[in-house]
Order: sequence, then structure tokens, then C-alpha cells
Amino acid sequence: MATNAITMAPQGLGMSYYTRLFSKEIRYEFVRLLRTKAFSFSVIGFPVMFYLLFGSMNRGGLYARYLMPSYSCMGGLTACLFGVGFSLSMERAQGWLELKQASPMPRAAYLGAKLVGCAAFAMIVVGILLALGRTVGGVVFTAPEALRLTGVVLAGTVPFTAMALLVALLVPANSGPGIINLIWLPMGFASGFFMPLQYMPHWVRVVGPWLPTYHLAQLALGIFGMAQPGNVVRHWEILFGFTLLMLGTAWMIFARMEAKA
Amino acid sequence: MTATAVVPGPDQTGQAAWPAPISQVRTVARLVDVTKRYGAVTALDRFSLELHAGEVVALLGPNGAGKTTAVRLLLGLIAPAAGTVRVLGRDPRDSDARTRIGAMLQISRVPEMLRVREHIDLFRSYYPQPLPAAEVVRLARLEGIEGKLFGELSGGQKQRTLFALALCGNPDLIFLDEPTVGMDIESRRAMWEQIRTLSAAGKTILLTTHYLEEADLLASRVVVINKGRTVCEGTPAEIRHRVSGRRIRCVTQLDLDWLRTLPSVSAVERDRDAVVIQAEQAEPVVREMLNRDLKLSGLEIASAGLEEAFLALTGGDSQ
Repeated sequence: MATNAITMAPQGLGMSYYTRLFSKEIRYEFVRLLRTKAFSFSVIGFPVMFYLLFGSMNRGGLYARYLMPSYSCMGGLTACLFGVGFSLSMERAQGWLELKQASPMPRAAYLGAKLVGCAAFAMIVVGILLALGRTVGGVVFTAPEALRLTGVVLAGTVPFTAMALLVALLVPANSGPGIINLIWLPMGFASGFFMPLQYMPHWVRVVGPWLPTYHLAQLALGIFGMAQPGNVVRHWEILFGFTLLMLGTAWMIFARMEAKA
Repeated sequence: MTATAVVPGPDQTGQAAWPAPISQVRTVARLVDVTKRYGAVTALDRFSLELHAGEVVALLGPNGAGKTTAVRLLLGLIAPAAGTVRVLGRDPRDSDARTRIGAMLQISRVPEMLRVREHIDLFRSYYPQPLPAAEVVRLARLEGIEGKLFGELSGGQKQRTLFALALCGNPDLIFLDEPTVGMDIESRRAMWEQIRTLSAAGKTILLTTHYLEEADLLASRVVVINKGRTVCEGTPAEIRHRVSGRRIRCVTQLDLDWLRTLPSVSAVERDRDAVVIQAEQAEPVVREMLNRDLKLSGLEIASAGLEEAFLALTGGDSQ
């Protein structure tokens, strides 16, 4: 006697299945980013090149000390915008994401791997900048300060990834790189990534504190005594609030797209 | 539709709550009265489809007929506006309901900086009981190119890699959405061979195509679909019988209205300096024409193309 429908009981997928899946997804995401020269060169190359230029010119000076944490934040921002924002919008447009969604892969694995992949790149940038700061820039810092900088930039990848997620949903894939450049460069300037805000035009000083990147930069600069007067807790609160805002908006847009799909 | 006309409710236990059909037909997946709209466009219009264990079903239709929409519904990528979707007794929108399913979709690009071997390794990790990697490589004929980056592959090799990804989970049910589109004839033949191998291994396969030949060669059942509705369905032989007309093209001085009076001629059109004639039987028509027009030139006779087939099947409703 045959049942007339082949069915599959919901099966519990074990811990080892998920561990394996997540670790592979993360590993290959990282490998993919590393091999994508346009990505690895721009994310690692720009801050390194700029630091070699401006840091070495101010060897032992305050500017060399300032740029080490500020360029670290820039590395985190570009890693997330290009690594999550651009690659997600491309993979969505090209149907690759859909093929993954047709498999049992949980969405969390895909997004999680993107976050971890970008965080890893941000860590590479921080590591290189710390080394360059010590050698080329003649910056004096302690191990705990280095660790705190790493932690701040790492934490910064969360709001930046949330923002990148929203960008990926809103920006058409073909114009991705152009628009992302339009986002990160002005954001970087207005947040004091390239020079302290007090040397910038008045309107930039007004805009800056509205940007999440400004608050992250202040936290990073604060470790090395380079921040403007401000409240550390307030910076964290604003970054947290920004993350929720980005995720909430992204979720709303995504839910509307799902309903239409 | 064939087989069960009874529409089951969500039946999580999987036990038959309704009478078994005469043959021991087991339904692997079904769409029941599914409607799907994209804005003002109705992609599927109260469309029903059943897949039975072990069969190869071809969804045949022109671009925009609703083939891909049907596949996307069965994969849980989209939800229907109305109707029921069941795959292996479950709603495919649940990600863990897709562990016994494989899919090859129409994809413009895949991350190019990963090697074939790495893509396979990653997709295998999505499934609780994957096929061994070596077996996937063998089935998709990727021996020797496992180490290449996806971006370095030729068009046919890329399609074979996508095919490999569909097999990674050792699926019982495989969806192939236009698997041979853009392939040269040699790669296409090889792909057909691979699909036959899967079928021989007892897999249930849903194939979409707009090549009549492909459906004819591979499928045990063909469902012709147009404008989101089933036009007709049957074995390839039955379908072929219904679209057996021929297409005659030549340069002739003969009067078009006179040509229309010839036996079995269904349509006559002027195409630049030539005339195109649709006829059930080409030979008597051509014989008569050659007798009447000694200057007739540029004669070509072809099997009805898909467009003509649809004209025949849908009674001129194809466009």
C-alpha cells in the first residue's frame, strides 16, 4: 500500500550541521572578498596608501596620531559598504541569492557571513594601520589602546553593515559602486576621517554630528586622546539607535518586497 | 489534470487521508489552482500541476508563459496570490522543507572568484545528507576543471557547475529551469545525457524549456503552458502529434488566395519577397506548387517551429 503523497517530516537539523554551514559560508565569503582585487585593494589599499603619505609626512606629530584611528574607521566603513552593500545588491540582481534561497541555507548564514567577512577585513586594516602608525607614523600607544581600537572598529561594522543592507535594498546593482563612493567619501570627510572637523568649513561641522561615522570616529580617536570634547556613552547610544533605524527600515522595505514577490 | 483530483489540506503527517488512486502514483509536488500576479500581469492563472515520483515533466512554453513562476513557487521563492503549493508534503517557504530539493535556475552571474570545487563544497554544506563531492563532480562532468575559478569557465562549463550545485544535496526532486539555454548543441546533448542519468536513478525532475525537441527527448510527460494556463498536456508523442504541421517557405508568383485553397494549408503569409505557408502535409502542397510555378525558387521545408506549434495548439491565441 502506497501513500499517495511523498512527504518529509520536519527534521531537526543538528548543531554540527549549522556549525559546518556557518563556518563554510564565512570562509568562502572571506576567500571571495580576498580574491576580488577591486575590493581588497580599495578597502585595504586606500587607508594604507593615505597613511603612508600623510602619516609619514607628520612622523611623530599629532596628525600621524590622529589618522591612525580615523583611517581604521574608514577601513571598517568601506569594507561594509562594498563587501555587504555592493556584493549583496549584485548577488540579488544576478540571481545568485535566489539560488541560495532555493536551498535550505538559512538567511542568517548568508548575512552573518557577509558581516563576519567585512569585519575580518576591517581587522586587517586596523592591524596594518597600527603597525604603520608605530613604524612610519612614530605613534606611541599601548597594547590595551590597540585592543580598544580594534574593538571599536569591530563594533562599528554592525551599524555600517546595517546601513549597507539598506543601501543594497535601495540601490540598483549597476550603479552600486558609484553610489557607494558617493556615500562613503562625503561621509568620511564630514566625520573627520581625513582631518579634524575644526579645520573644516562651518557647514561640515554642523553636518558631522548627524552621521554615525562621526560618532564612531570620536570613539576611536578618544582612545588616543584625539577626540573632541563629548560624551562617550552618548556616542554609543547614537550608534545603537542608528543600527536599529537602519535595520528597521531595511526590514520594512524587505517585507514589502516579499509581499510583492 | 491526471491522477488525484482530490485536493489535500496541509497534511503534516503525510499519511493519506483520502483514497489512494488506482495506480500507485505518488505525488511529490503539486500546485493547485495557483494564481500569481506581478502588478497588472497575471503570470499564472488558476494553474495546477502535479509531479509524480520518478517522472520527468517538461513545462513547455514561450517566454513569459509562466514556466519560471511555477518553478519559483515550487521552490518557495515566492508565495501565490491564491491556491496551494505543496512540495514533499510541506510548504516550500520553510527553509528546512527544501533539504530534499535541488534547483538549477537561470542566473546571469555567480560569484566568479570561487573555484568550482569551493562552490560545490559550500552548497554541500547546506544539506544534511549531501552527495560526496567526487560524485557531484562526476555526475556533472566537471572532472579536470574543479580547480578553476567560476569566472574562467566557458558558458557550457558554467551551466554544468550550476547543474552540479542542484545535485549537491542528493535531492529526490530536481527543478531545472531552462538548463540548456545558451548552450551549443554539443553541450546541450551532454546535458540531456546527464538529465537522463538522473531520471534513471529514480529522481523526479521538472524541466522548463522552450525547445520542443528537448521536451520530446527527455520528458515522460509534457505540459504546454501559455499565458499562465495549461494549453495541453500529454506524452511527448501526443504533443508531437498535435503540432505535426510543416512550414514551407519559397519565392513564388502564385496567388496567395489560391494557395490558401490547397489541401491542409492553415495559413499563408508574405515574408519580404517570399511566401510562408503552414500546412499539415507539405508534400502535396509543394507538388502542386511546383507544377503550377516553374520559376519557384528558394524552397525550404521545416517542421513547425514552436511559435507555429503554439498557434496550432492554442488556435491562434499565442500572441
